[in-house]
Amino acid sequence: MTRIRRVVRAGLRRALRQWRRSIRLRVVGSTVALTSLAIGLTGWALLAQVADGLAEARSASAVAEARAGLDRVRAQLETTAVTDAAAASEAVAQIVDSLTQSGQGQGRYDVVVEGPLGGGGETAPVRSSGGVSAAVIPDDLVRTVASSEGLYFRFAEVPTAGGGSRPVVVVGSRLDVPSTGDDYGLYYVFSMADQQATLDLVRNATALAGLAMIVMVGGVAYVMSRQVLEPVRRARRTAERFAAGHLEQRMHVRGEDDIARLSESFNQMAASLQSQIARLENLSKLQQRFVSDVSHELRTPLTTISMAGDVLHEARSGWDPSTARAAELLRRELTRFEELLADLMDLSRFDAEAAQLELETIDLSEVARQLVEEPVLTRKGIEVRVVGADAPVVTEADRRRVDRVLRNLVANAAAYSRSADVVVTVAENEACVSLSVRDHGIGLTAEESLRVFDRFWRADPARAAGGTGLGLAIARGDARLHGGELQVGSIAGRGTDFVLTLPKPGGDASRPALQPLREAGDA
Amino acid sequence: MSQRRTHHDRVLIVDDDASLAEMLSIVLEGEGLTTAVCRSGDKVPAALASFRPDVVLLDLMLPGVDGMEVCRRIREGSNVPIVMLTARSDTDDVVAGLAAGADDYIVKPFKNSELVARIRARLRRTDQILEPLVFGDIVLDPAGHTVERAGQPLDLTPLEFDLLACLLGTPEQVFTREVLLQKVWGYHHPGDTKLVNVHMTRLRSKIEDDAENPSIIRTVRGVGYQAIAPE
Repeated sequence: MTRIRRVVRAGLRRALRQWRRSIRLRVVGSTVALTSLAIGLTGWALLAQVADGLAEARSASAVAEARAGLDRVRAQLETTAVTDAAAASEAVAQIVDSLTQSGQGQGRYDVVVEGPLGGGGETAPVRSSGGVSAAVIPDDLVRTVASSEGLYFRFAEVPTAGGGSRPVVVVGSRLDVPSTGDDYGLYYVFSMADQQATLDLVRNATALAGLAMIVMVGGVAYVMSRQVLEPVRRARRTAERFAAGHLEQRMHVRGEDDIARLSESFNQMAASLQSQIARLENLSKLQQRFVSDVSHELRTPLTTISMAGDVLHEARSGWDPSTARAAELLRRELTRFEELLADLMDLSRFDAEAAQLELETIDLSEVARQLVEEPVLTRKGIEVRVVGADAPVVTEADRRRVDRVLRNLVANAAAYSRSADVVVTVAENEACVSLSVRDHGIGLTAEESLRVFDRFWRADPARAAGGTGLGLAIARGDARLHGGELQVGSIAGRGTDFVLTLPKPGGDASRPALQPLREAGDA
Repeated sequence: MSQRRTHHDRVLIVDDDASLAEMLSIVLEGEGLTTAVCRSGDKVPAALASFRPDVVLLDLMLPGVDGMEVCRRIREGSNVPIVMLTARSDTDDVVAGLAAGADDYIVKPFKNSELVARIRARLRRTDQILEPLVFGDIVLDPAGHTVERAGQPLDLTPLEFDLLACLLGTPEQVFTREVLLQKVWGYHHPGDTKLVNVHMTRLRSKIEDDAENPSIIRTVRGVGYQAIAPE
């Protein structure tokens, strides 16, 4: 039972979705529904009119015929001399028979005579032809005929042998027998079979025509919607190709209709977008070129200065202390200057989107194990613990950049955390790999955590720890260049946790395999 | 400084920047090398002929002729080791320079010690094999640093010779790029695998019948290279 319900519900949902998605289905569906309604109403009105018309015509002819028969009967009764009730009854019987014969001759009507009336309570004797019973005569007609002069008719149903019924029109009138003064009710029962047949014919024809009409209108709607929708679909396909980067895609403009105007507008939009994109691409190329030029122009003199600084530094032992110190400072600051230039160039390549990845297969577990021997840490006697690096955790990445990110994180931990140990954790899920570098040092405040990736921002304003202040900005740039992410989590007094996440081939880094450290309750 | 003048190795410095060229001379002469400076690419062929350098130190950003073009021209007539100086660490430029025939590269700015180490590494032959080696139809002679394949001499640079000798010396052994860097280039370039990749491409184009489907040196994906033992 529930299974059936589920199947029905699924089917319904599918149909609904189809209805929402397909304009053509909606156009054809609603056209057919509205047409059916219109044709139904029209057909119903038409049939009602025809039925009314037929009934009216039949009743008029019936009344005319009955009147003629009645006149004849009255004339007959006036010429027949009856004196007693029995004779009257006999005369009436004759009349009925003669009427019946003339009626049956043409198969048009039956006759019922009721009377004499006014018998006071007892039902009047009935004489009828063709096996028609008095029950067929509607009661109100009987009353009307009994109480007033004139001719009256009613529509009625006569039961047939098969258990059904056929429509008839009953015309009734009071018949006085002048010689006895008795009243009889004389009823003509006219068959309406012909009219019913006509009506059936009309109804069938109307239904058939209506059905054909609905089918045809549905077909027309289908064709029309196709005519209108096909250009829309073409436009959609063109737009999709355009969005996919085929900027030269344009729509065909044919004629001057709305679709043609839409196509023209689309093409204008596409051309405008294409030129904008070309302009931006050009700007980006200029920027890359500028970076490259500045790089060269600055690096050549810097190289000469640096080499000279090295030479002076080598020779300092023979000099007086302050000159020797000057040579040392010169070399130290030159090194910093070189690092700063290199970092700025890297950042500017990220900004110009000119940075390139050299992907190769790397095992983060192996990378993590190598961090144990990182001199920055061992020099300070910081103990490194590696977690989760027993099995290979493999992805495609640029080894140089990954190494640079991790060296940076480790150097940060060594320089700022005042932690005695560092925990390196490796993990993976189906879409990405993550590596976290966690220290148990002084941690960062919430505000510091927010700013830690800002360029030139330092946790230590005195800059005692050296560095360019660009390391983490570059590290994040490296991570994002891979389509990955570098996140920080920190609790003041309990340590800082950096998580590098890199996508696996075909995967993405939206759900990192490790979450950075968070305050308890702060999901 | 050195007394053994006649044995001084000779470095040709090709650089348009007068100060840098002079500084390079000072540092290299300080290390006991003999230097000559060439300020434009056009004069390089003449300088090669007259100075007969053991190493060329080539700045890639020369005016007039592109540094790559100079590199290519040197390679047309000589197998002298070339170390290029580049201000562009962008991968494409480095790879283009290596593909044009440079043996090694240094990114500006650099420490003097690094410069000297690289030059020395190119001057010193890393003797991969001591005896002549026959490998299928390939014959390597370490004495004259000559290679023949099916009797035809192959024109390899010293670096290419060492690379080939290293791999063929122990067939079937897989060498990682790091190991090759250490054994052939003579020092450790951390993670700089493009150096190996580019030279392997050049070497294959000289020794393989079809460099796309190598039959002598096979790439072991994700690991390195190995020589396929001859039938």
